[in-house]
Amino acid sequence: MVRCWQIVVVLLLCAATAAGAQHGNLTGSEPPLPVSEIAPGVFVHIGATALMTRQNEGAIANVGFIVGEDAVAVIDTGGSVREGRELLAAIRSHTNKPIRYVIDTHGHPDHVFGNAAFAADGTVFVGHKNLPRAMASHGPFYVENFRRIMGGELIDEVRLIPPTVLVETTEKLDLGSRTLVLQAWPAAHSDSDLTVMDEKSGTLFAGDLVFLDHIPVLDGSLRGFLSAIDKLAALPAQRVVPGHGPVSSWPTALADERRYLETLASDMRAAVARGDTIAAASASAAASEKSRWSLFDDYNARNATAAFSQIEWE
Amino acid sequence: MPGRHLLNLATAGLLSAVIGAAQLPSAGAEGYDKGYNPWPGLVQDIFNNRPMNDGSDILTIDMPYRAEDAAIVPVTLHNKLPPTDDRHVVAITLVIDQNPAPMAAKFALGPDAHVSEISTRVRVNNYTDVHAVAELSDGQLYMVKTYVKASGGCSAPAAKNPEEADNHLGQMKYRQFARAEAGAAGTREAQIMIGHPNNSGLQMDQVTQLYIPAFFIDQLKLWQDDSLVLSMEGGISISEDPNLRFTYVSNGAKTFRAEARDTSGHVFKHEWKIDAGI
Repeated sequence: MVRCWQIVVVLLLCAATAAGAQHGNLTGSEPPLPVSEIAPGVFVHIGATALMTRQNEGAIANVGFIVGEDAVAVIDTGGSVREGRELLAAIRSHTNKPIRYVIDTHGHPDHVFGNAAFAADGTVFVGHKNLPRAMASHGPFYVENFRRIMGGELIDEVRLIPPTVLVETTEKLDLGSRTLVLQAWPAAHSDSDLTVMDEKSGTLFAGDLVFLDHIPVLDGSLRGFLSAIDKLAALPAQRVVPGHGPVSSWPTALADERRYLETLASDMRAAVARGDTIAAASASAAASEKSRWSLFDDYNARNATAAFSQIEWE
Repeated sequence: MPGRHLLNLATAGLLSAVIGAAQLPSAGAEGYDKGYNPWPGLVQDIFNNRPMNDGSDILTIDMPYRAEDAAIVPVTLHNKLPPTDDRHVVAITLVIDQNPAPMAAKFALGPDAHVSEISTRVRVNNYTDVHAVAELSDGQLYMVKTYVKASGGCSAPAAKNPEEADNHLGQMKYRQFARAEAGAAGTREAQIMIGHPNNSGLQMDQVTQLYIPAFFIDQLKLWQDDSLVLSMEGGISISEDPNLRFTYVSNGAKTFRAEARDTSGHVFKHEWKIDAGI
């Protein structure tokens, strides 16, 4: 026989679940994403060095958050809404402060597919001024592709939420006695790259302008990427959170990536000068770098194809 | 008008892709829509159901099995017809079956230029068959095909760097390659590139929610002096910055001339001196 109190409990649980679902809050069903506090108030989850799969829930990029006196900023939301919710759980296990800003460092799926987990009153999405365009033009293709690879259960809930605060050159965000300096870059890794510097700790969240371990990916401009590296090196950071790879000292973290891109550029320049076809050139590009990077076979030929087609116009 | 025909095919393709997607169960890593074979419909639409002969003695099509960058997929068409054959290749049509605009390009070969190889770069939207159909001077069609996996699948036709694309709109580059082996006397290899975004018309503008209009090179013609070498009727499956590399036989011409037209009616013309030393 069902007791009154049992009915009340069930109703309360349903209400809590419904409320949770509405506000994207935790029902306790998703474990918090493991994060490390790399500097006071600065938390980072290091993504797996892998391609996005159903098994890894797309959690291949570095994501993090910064806690100020008044508010929290999230930097990148992960490769699935599930990962986004796990990141939210991690935030809530450390602080109750409101999440004022969600900053997308650029528009690739491993960095923005978790945005829907953070859509809420009082939360503002921030990104490069080109990010809305990038999301509109590439987003639907990414969703289609990753639905095929990762399955509908993970991808159907993805929402391509563009930023409403658009950064043209630089922008400062205040979290309460904690200033974040955001910088928009001309096309480099992608055409919507944004970096975030936490002035308090000297931590630079570089997005995919910096890669360690994971082969750098060129989906923007080779020249722009090399130029950005030179300018980034001059930033006074104590440490860098790259888009992929471990937290590292600065600016030494740039050395490997610079070497890879310079090798790619010089190999492709030689190939164009010789009159090689694009197919032949990409097959042999940057061969000396193969043992230095994870996922080399997944991305190098594609980087080479992009580099070749850009160098042809020089 | 070719542009409109291609656009209609594109719209039909897009609509059927949208409808198809809604009905599909979530697929595994491979096989987007294995059950549906568009080729018979394309033979109808593009070739009026003319009979297709086996073209394996006439031409070859060479593409990577797995596309590294689905927006820049190299394709090489090789004309195998020996000079002793009294037939010649009049045109080659390239069809990327699963693309929104499957008719990627139609190449007309100049009657006196003996074009033996044509390479270009295309966008591949999906795992797909790609057909090359040669029309010979005897009026017959000869077909070969290959299969391409769009790697990673994200074959967004949009440019990596739209600002840069705008900067070299209409710029043309011509290049002659040194030929290591002689081939027939006068055999040359050259390349033409035109800066153009080749927008597909399938991209939505974030602000207006309207589709950014298709804007692409629909025609390119190449002459040595006054003799046509090659012409291309192209569509949105041709990659940004259309790039044509080809092998032909020189008639001793001193100049190489190119004329390109896009869907907004721009005409781009250029002329280069041919380097007789190569």
